[in-house]
Parts: sequence; C-alpha cells; structure tokens
Amino acid sequence: MAGESNGAGVFGSSIRRREDPELITGRAKYTDDLQLPNTAHCTILRSDYAHAKINSIDASEAEALDGVIAVYTASDIAESGVPGGIPVGWLLPDMVIPEHFMLAKDTTRYVGDGVAIVVAEDQYTAHDALDLIYVDYDPRDGVADPKKATEEGAPLVHDEAQNNIAFDWEIGDKESADTAFANAAHVASLDIVNNRLIPNAMEPRAALADYNNITGELTLYMTTQNPHIHRLLMSLASLGLPEHKIRVIAPEVGGGFGSKIHHYADEAIAAWASMQLGRPVKWTATRTETYLTDAHGRDHVTHAEMAIDANGKFTGLRVDTYAAMGAYLSTFAPAVPTYLYGTLMSGEYDLPAIHCHVYGVFTHTVPVDAYRGAGRPEATFVVERLVDEAARVTGLDPAEIRRRNFVAPDNFPFQTQVALAYDSGNYEGALDKALEAIGYDDFRKEQAALREQGRYVGIGLSTYIEACGLAPSAVVGSLGAQAGQWESAVVRVHATGKVTVYSGCSGHGQGHETTYAQIVASALGVPYEDIDVIEGDSGVMPHGWGTYGSRSAATGGSAIASAAEKVVDKARTIAAHLLEAAEEDLEFEDGNFFVKGSPDQAQSLPDVALQAYLAHNLPKGIEPALEATSFYDPENFVFPFGTHIAVVEVCANTGQVDLQRYLAVDDVGNVINPMIVDGQVHGGIAQGVGQSLYETAVYDEGANLLSGTMLDYAVPKAHFLPSFETDRTVTPCPHNPLGVKGVGEAGTIASPAAVVNAVVDALSPFGVNHIDMPVTSEKVWNAMN
Amino acid sequence: MYPSKFDYHRPSSVQEAVQILSDNPDAKVLAGGHSLIPVMKLRLAAPAALVDIGRIDALQGISRSNGSLRIGACVTYNEIANSADVQAAAPLLAEAAGQIGDRQVRYRGTIGGNLSHADPASDLPAAALALGATLHVTGTGGSRSVSASDFFVDLMMTALQPDEILTEVEIPATAAGTGSAYVKFEHPASGYALCGAAALVSRGDGGSCTGASLCFNGVSSTAVSASGVASGLVGSDLSDDAIVSAVSGLSIPDATGDMFASAGYRQELAKSIGIQALLTARDRA
Ligand SMILES: Cc1cc2nc3c(=O)[nH]c(=O)nc-3n(C[C@H](O)[C@H](O)[C@H](O)COP(=O)(O)OP(=O)(O)OC[C@H]3O[C@@H](n4cnc5c(N)ncnc54)[C@H](O)[C@@H]3O)c2cc1C
Repeated sequence: MAGESNGAGVFGSSIRRREDPELITGRAKYTDDLQLPNTAHCTILRSDYAHAKINSIDASEAEALDGVIAVYTASDIAESGVPGGIPVGWLLPDMVIPEHFMLAKDTTRYVGDGVAIVVAEDQYTAHDALDLIYVDYDPRDGVADPKKATEEGAPLVHDEAQNNIAFDWEIGDKESADTAFANAAHVASLDIVNNRLIPNAMEPRAALADYNNITGELTLYMTTQNPHIHRLLMSLASLGLPEHKIRVIAPEVGGGFGSKIHHYADEAIAAWASMQLGRPVKWTATRTETYLTDAHGRDHVTHAEMAIDANGKFTGLRVDTYAAMGAYLSTFAPAVPTYLYGTLMSGEYDLPAIHCHVYGVFTHTVPVDAYRGAGRPEATFVVERLVDEAARVTGLDPAEIRRRNFVAPDNFPFQTQVALAYDSGNYEGALDKALEAIGYDDFRKEQAALREQGRYVGIGLSTYIEACGLAPSAVVGSLGAQAGQWESAVVRVHATGKVTVYSGCSGHGQGHETTYAQIVASALGVPYEDIDVIEGDSGVMPHGWGTYGSRSAATGGSAIASAAEKVVDKARTIAAHLLEAAEEDLEFEDGNFFVKGSPDQAQSLPDVALQAYLAHNLPKGIEPALEATSFYDPENFVFPFGTHIAVVEVCANTGQVDLQRYLAVDDVGNVINPMIVDGQVHGGIAQGVGQSLYETAVYDEGANLLSGTMLDYAVPKAHFLPSFETDRTVTPCPHNPLGVKGVGEAGTIASPAAVVNAVVDALSPFGVNHIDMPVTSEKVWNAMN
Repeated sequence: MYPSKFDYHRPSSVQEAVQILSDNPDAKVLAGGHSLIPVMKLRLAAPAALVDIGRIDALQGISRSNGSLRIGACVTYNEIANSADVQAAAPLLAEAAGQIGDRQVRYRGTIGGNLSHADPASDLPAAALALGATLHVTGTGGSRSVSASDFFVDLMMTALQPDEILTEVEIPATAAGTGSAYVKFEHPASGYALCGAAALVSRGDGGSCTGASLCFNGVSSTAVSASGVASGLVGSDLSDDAIVSAVSGLSIPDATGDMFASAGYRQELAKSIGIQALLTARDRA
C-alpha cells in the first residue's frame, strides 16, 4: 500500500487503514498475547448473589492446591496499606458516594462483585482453585429496576443512600415548562424504558502487571481507552504508588465502546498482586466475566411530555428519569444521565422551555457507565420518540412537525434552555437530503397501498444532534468533572524529515494511525508514508485524556494540527535564515519553503529538519531540533447532527421486524477520511439497531443476570442488517483548526429512535403509539393482536 | 473459559468406546464438541474423561439402499446438507442441517451429537421425528434400535444408557409425491430454533392429501409431533384454507416460555411457522 498518497491532498481522502494488515493477519499483539517470564495468573472469585453478607471465607483447600501461589481477600488488600479504592471521577452536588473497595469487604452488591483473588502458576489451576474457595453467604433481597429501587421498602444497596438515591439532579426551568403545559393546545406524553445494554468489545478486558520490587516501578499493560487516566487513578486511589513510578501501556485494544474507559477493580487487583509477589501477574476476563463486570449502558425509566401549540410548535418539554447507577458509582457514571443527557433535551429544536429531572439510583447490578453515545442516545430517543408522538397527536406529518420546530440555519449560535450553545447547523438541509434519497412521498403512497393488502411497512425519522468532542476543561470542571478534557500532541520531525506523532488519545479500532497521519501529511506537506503515529503509553507521550466521547479528531486531531503548525512556524524561521530572506516573504507549499515567485530556490522541510538537527547554522535564539508539543483545550463541544431514516416491515404472522432500508445523512463537519467515517457510522448504526431490536440485559426479580451469555444476549449479526445507505452534509466546526466534529457515536445516538419510530409507524393501524426496546417479535405480535 | 481437568481417550472402534464408557461412569462421548465443549468451558459440565469418537470409521459415511438412508453418527451437518443421497432420499434432513448455526458449526457438529444432546431448540430432532427415523445404538450389552419417537425422553434426555453410543441414523426414503420443508424462526442471540417446523406432505393422484407429518423443535422440552394437524389434513384438498384450518387448533402441550419468548407466543409462532412449512411442503409434493 506504499505510495497511496502524498502531502497536502491526503486530508479528505479514503486511504485504506494502515492498521488493518496487522489486525487482519493476526500479527497484532493484544494484552493477553504478551508473555513476560515468570508470569503468574490471577482469577477472581465473584459473588453468585446480587446481595449478600459475607459471613466467612474458607480458602484453605484452594491454597493447598498444587500450583496455587496465594489466595487473597479484602482484608489482605487493606492490611497491605494501599488505598484500595475504586473512585468516582465526576462529582454532583449532594451525591452519596459509598465506599468502593477493590474487593467486597463484608457485603456483595451485585452478581459478579469480587470476593477473593487466586494467583496460580497457570490459568487452569487459577480457575480450578476458584471452585475450592468456600464462602458462607447470608443472602439478602436485591433490586434491579431503577424505579422500583426508589420505592419505600426496597432493599438498600448502601445504607447511607436513602431510597437508593445517589443523586437528585435537574436542569432547565420547571416553572416555565409548567406554564407551557398549562397553555398547551396539545400534549404528547410517553413512558419510556431505555433498555440496559452490555458492551461486547471483541477483546475481553485484560491486564498484565509487572511490578519491579527493586526499582519500585510498575509497568501495567492493559486494555484501556485512556492510559493516563488509569495511571492517575491507580496511583491516587488504588495502589498508592507515585504516579511517575507507574507506566500504563495500551497494546492493541480490541474495541471498547466505553467499557475500557472506566477504572475497574480487576486491573488494579492484578497490579496489587504483582506488588505482593514481585513477579508479573496476568488477569484476562472470560466472556462470562465481561458480562458480569464490564460497566453496562443505558437502563433508564422515563416519563416525558411535550407541550405543543395550535400551530404545531413545541412550547415545552418535561422529562423525569430514573437512571440506574448499578451497585457502585463507576468512573464517569454520574455525568452520563445528567450532563450528557439533560443537556441534549433541546434536540434540533427551538424549544423555549425545558425541565429535566433525573434520579441516579443504586441497584444490585453491574455498575452502569458510559457506553457508545453515553446519555445522548437516551436523550435522543426520548426527544425523537416524543416528536413522533407529537406528530400523531397534532395530526401533522413527522417530517413537517420537525421542520416547524428546527432551529433555523440563521439562528446560530443557538443557546438552548439546557446549557449548551450550538455553534452551527443546518438541520433542514440534512432532512431534505435524506427524505429525497429515501423517496419519502412515494413511500407514504406505497405504505397505504400495502396496508390494503394486509402488509405493514413503516418509516421512521430521527433528526438528531449530539454534543461531543469532550470537552472545554473549565466547563466540565464547573459541572463536576475531576479531570481535564484538553488533549496533547507531539509532532517530531526527525533529521531525515521523517515524522513521529504522539497523541494522548488512545485508539482501539478507530483508525487514528491513519487519520492522524493524514492530518500531519497535509499540514507539513510530507508524504503520508513518512509519518508514524504512536498512542497509548503513559511512559512515552505527554499526559492526555484518551479516546471516548467522539473526541479524538476534535481534540486530539486539533492538538496535532496545532503542534504541526508550530513545527511549520519554526521551520519557516530556519528556512528564511537559510534562504537569507524575510520570513514574511516565504511561501510554504507542498512541504517546500521558497521566496514568493522563486519556487526553484526552495528549502524542503527535510532540508530544514537536517539543518535544525545539525544546528551548525541556526538563526539567533532558535533552539536545535524540530518538534513541537501542543496541549489543546477546545473552546466548545462540537455538534454533529443529521437525519437517519429507517424503513421496516413487520410480519403480521410472527411479529418479526424486517429492517429493509437504513439511510443516514450525517454532518460531522470536515471529513478527514470518508471511508473511516462511513465505517464509524456503519458500526454505530449496527449497535443502535442492536439496542432497538435485539439487545437487552435481563435481570430477574432477585437481581440475577439472566442474559449472561451470548446464547441469550443478542448482539446483531451481519445478516440482520440491510446494506446501509450513507451520505453527508458538511457544516464545518467553526472553532477548531480542522473544522472537524466527531463521528464515533453518531450512529448509536440516532438509530434507536429511527428504528422504533418506523416500527410504531408500521403499527399505527393497530393504535400503537409506543413500543419499548428491544422491539422483539413477541412484543410486536402482542401489539398486533 | 477454562474447563476442569479431564482425561482424553480416542478409541478406534465402537466396542472399545463403549468399554471405556462402561469402565468410567463419569466419562462422556465427544463428537463434534460444539455443545459439550462450551458447557465444559462454562464449568456447567465437568466430565472426568472424554471419549472422542471422531476417528471411528464405522461412525462415518452416508449410504443409500433398499429405500432407506443410513447416516453414521459422526457425519457432519455440512456433509448431510451437501450429500446428493440425502438431498434425494431425505431432502428435509438436508434442509434442516443446512440451517444449523454457521459454517464453522456445520463443519464440526454431527448428527449423532445433535440427536444425543437432545437440546429442544436444536434443528435435527423434529426432522428425525417427522421422517420416522430409527436410531441404532450400541452398548456393552449389544446393539438395539430405537424409533425417534421413543428416543427423545425429556429436556436433554434421551433413551441412551450411559454406556451406549448412537451409531447410526436410518431414515426411510421420502417417497415420490411427498414434499417436505423445514422452516426455522431463529432465536436472535443463539441462532437456534425459537421454533422450527418440519413438514412432510404426500399427495395422491387426485391431488388430495394421502399423508402428512408436522413436527416442531424449540416449542417444548422435546421435539414434538403435531399428530392432530397431520391427521386433520389427510383427505383434504391441501388448499391454503385447508392447511390454515388444520393448523388453527394446534396446541402444543407444555410449551415452554423463557426470558425471550413466552409459551403463548411460541404456540402462535408454531402455528404460523407450521403453516409456512406445510404450504412449502405441499408446493414441493
Ligand atoms: C455457535 C453455535 C451455534 C449453534 N447453532 C445451532 C443451531 O442453529 N441449531 C442446532 O441444532 N445446533 C446448533 N448448535 C449446536 C451444534 O449443532 C452441536 O454441534 C450439536 O448440538 C452437538 O453435536 P456435536 O457433534 O457437536 O456433539 P458434542 O458437543 O460432541 O456432544 C454433545 C452431547 O452428545 C453426546 N454425544 C455426542 N455424540 C454422541 C453419540 N454418537 N452417541 C452418544 N452420545 C453422543 C455427548 O456426550 C454430549 O453430551 C450450535 C453450536 C454452536 C457452538
């Protein structure tokens, strides 16, 4: 694939992902592939009970098993003197923050809560020993439903959280919303359950910890989306090692979708065990452990209503949500159903009054945290379902009611009633393009004809907006984040003109090595092939905040662009000196500096780089070498938007939903690599279709996870999905150097509403106005009969 | 996903295999391994020993003679689905085998393993039942034959004794004038049958129905035959209406419900999948 492209034209081209040959051929190394001499293997005994007191633990048989090195419990961790905590990194006012220790001390709070650790010479022995640890449990009642958990008499997850409420949060203005409802001509109202999802990254979480008890240094290879955050939290909260003595490395990481952002006990346990034993310790989750411990997503119970005037204009929105937190507050959990949810309630609409109230609720379940889209899919589902319901109660067409309420293109920047200021947009542009491509008007005619024949097709719109590119640090700080959200980059031009780029983001499938190199090739005018990108090693690059929240292009890419600009500035100074010209007189084109009008007398960037390294003849005051570091803090979020349309047919005999067409018109700003953007959109849609038609984590009344394997939990397969149709409009982000927004989550944010709106449209002859996700064939059959 | 320790045997004859089974009460037969290995990895099963029958020649091969088809227990789904003999003599079995799992599963899973495992949601039991298969089994005490209708006893329980191996499946060839169909409604997660219907329909010279069979996977704890539907069809003109009305009263005893689909819905599904299977079988008759 050499020579695919050079220099400036690379930005915006569909270069093939340079990551893929290694990934496809199996050459890439994931954490579990890594082998260190003398490695011991660690397994974790997990609670079989959603809620139980631990009376005693007898590990003597396990300890006696040949090959077992040690068995540890919470008291061993406590006695070792480390802090042992698993902290929450986002604080809301008056939030109840219960202790979360690396292992359950005396109470287990979900099926999967860690109870004991085995370290053995090999994995088989480590797993065998788990069966030989006898825990005397005193089982208690558990509760899994976030709304029922707040009712009087519900079993408490933590004694200090009354009615299991972790926080009680609101945004917007209740009074003005209530007034809107008092004066409304129509009210649309829905009860919505946003189903709980289990992330299914292809690679399970894993850690290989190597503590050197001579130097006191810990090297931790792990499945992480953000090595620096993990280093910070390992240091401060879990292990107590000084930050500079910890090096967190993300080898190849096989997907995350958010599940590898969070700081879990398991990786800290592997590190702690290595510290106890002075030898490498490896832990790799089984798929069952993935289901039992990776933070789940969504899990909301919501009542929402829209006030509408006689002209079909929205006048007010009220939303009440019970959002599950699970058994403990995971790393960024409190932000997800609050600042990533309530702030999106204005959708693409000029909504004059909004009030959103959220209870964050403890339940005896796996903790809930950010999962692809994080809060924004839940918000979009509420808004876009309500908009369709508003169309129904007013008798307006769903496309027409949207048009009447969009923020107009000349109304930007637009300040919503829920904190965000949208910087740019053209919502009707995307809607028109999508309606045209799908043949909306013809579809309505065909739909009527098919109904006559007893066939039920439906079309669903989702005109979504999202806020991503996390985020202006001061803003998130004022909202409770215990982290910054700027990003770092180093652009290092070597003496030969080859370039190495370091980013504080940490890709895990997104294709950063390709897209970042495209950015730099364009900025420096050097061949794409001459640029390498390195991420994911806290020992190598400056502090960064990682990859999530569709931030890597908008923040990481911007940091790279700004570092590249500094490199060009310095190179220009040197080139001017070498050409004996004034800097202002120099042009920079395709990697060459030359005096205006004399392109044949040029100094190329590699020429300049060599001189910068030799430093025999540098202008006064200019330091040797050619590299620059940037720490880029964005001015605002970025706001991708678009229109997604789903077309379904429901089978009158079985209730099965057949997704026939899916069309997405997204506006993600300037596009670095169209093929990669399409790939992100495709994957996101597939995941959102998964949520809407197939996936759901099922807990029974006693809070036992029933859908604990892939036999029961339906991740969509390729043959469930149509060939997606994608298109774009381009409204560049006005406030970052590349004009890019974000695309990683758009598909999961937009698609659930499009699909469910289509199903509800198909079922409208049966008087159906809402159906909860996942829309299984049985639910549809019941709705039709 | 690490199974407990186990011993491994690889006998080269059925006799040797059943002897090992009888000497090791905690041993299990290993065929394609596509049901057994997963439950061992989940530690839901921990046999002390595995008896791998995959290299026993007597359990391989498909042959056709005297109006019947004989399939060795270790023949894979892929071989069955693509066998000209099976396609000609028992197209229903080929169709069902071709719908199991994915390509990898079809290259490993065996007819003997599928029937012996007796998972109610797997695809071959209803086909075996509808086709009137005879299952040949061998134990230390000798060999015997069991009809498919006697073989499936309960949820994952068969008429096999602990030291017995299913060696061969014998199927009467489907007669000319008989059409068949296997229609499956997939469970979206597992890909197994939420409901699978195996139908055979025979037409006489005048076009009326001279025989029918309709059997289901996935609806109750074993594969079941809807004999009432079949007898209701015999003598009918096999019109769409006749088929719909024969199925309308279908009620499968002890239909099972689970978190994905209730018993009541499975009953409804059986009706609509059953109708589809009968209509297709009729069209092929
Ligand atoms: C991803 C996946 C998808 C699948 N999808 C489907 C599907 O859609 N439909 C479907 O029907 N199945 C499906 N299966 C199951 C698959 O068909 C299995 O292969 C089958 O159930 C068992 O056959 P086996 O040869 O693999 O048997 P094994 O797993 O080796 O054995 C299964 C059981 O039968 C016993 N046994 C095996 N052979 C004999 C014998 N000759 N005599 C006595 N006892 C014996 C074993 O001791 C064991 O208890 C799927 C499996 C997987 C992994």
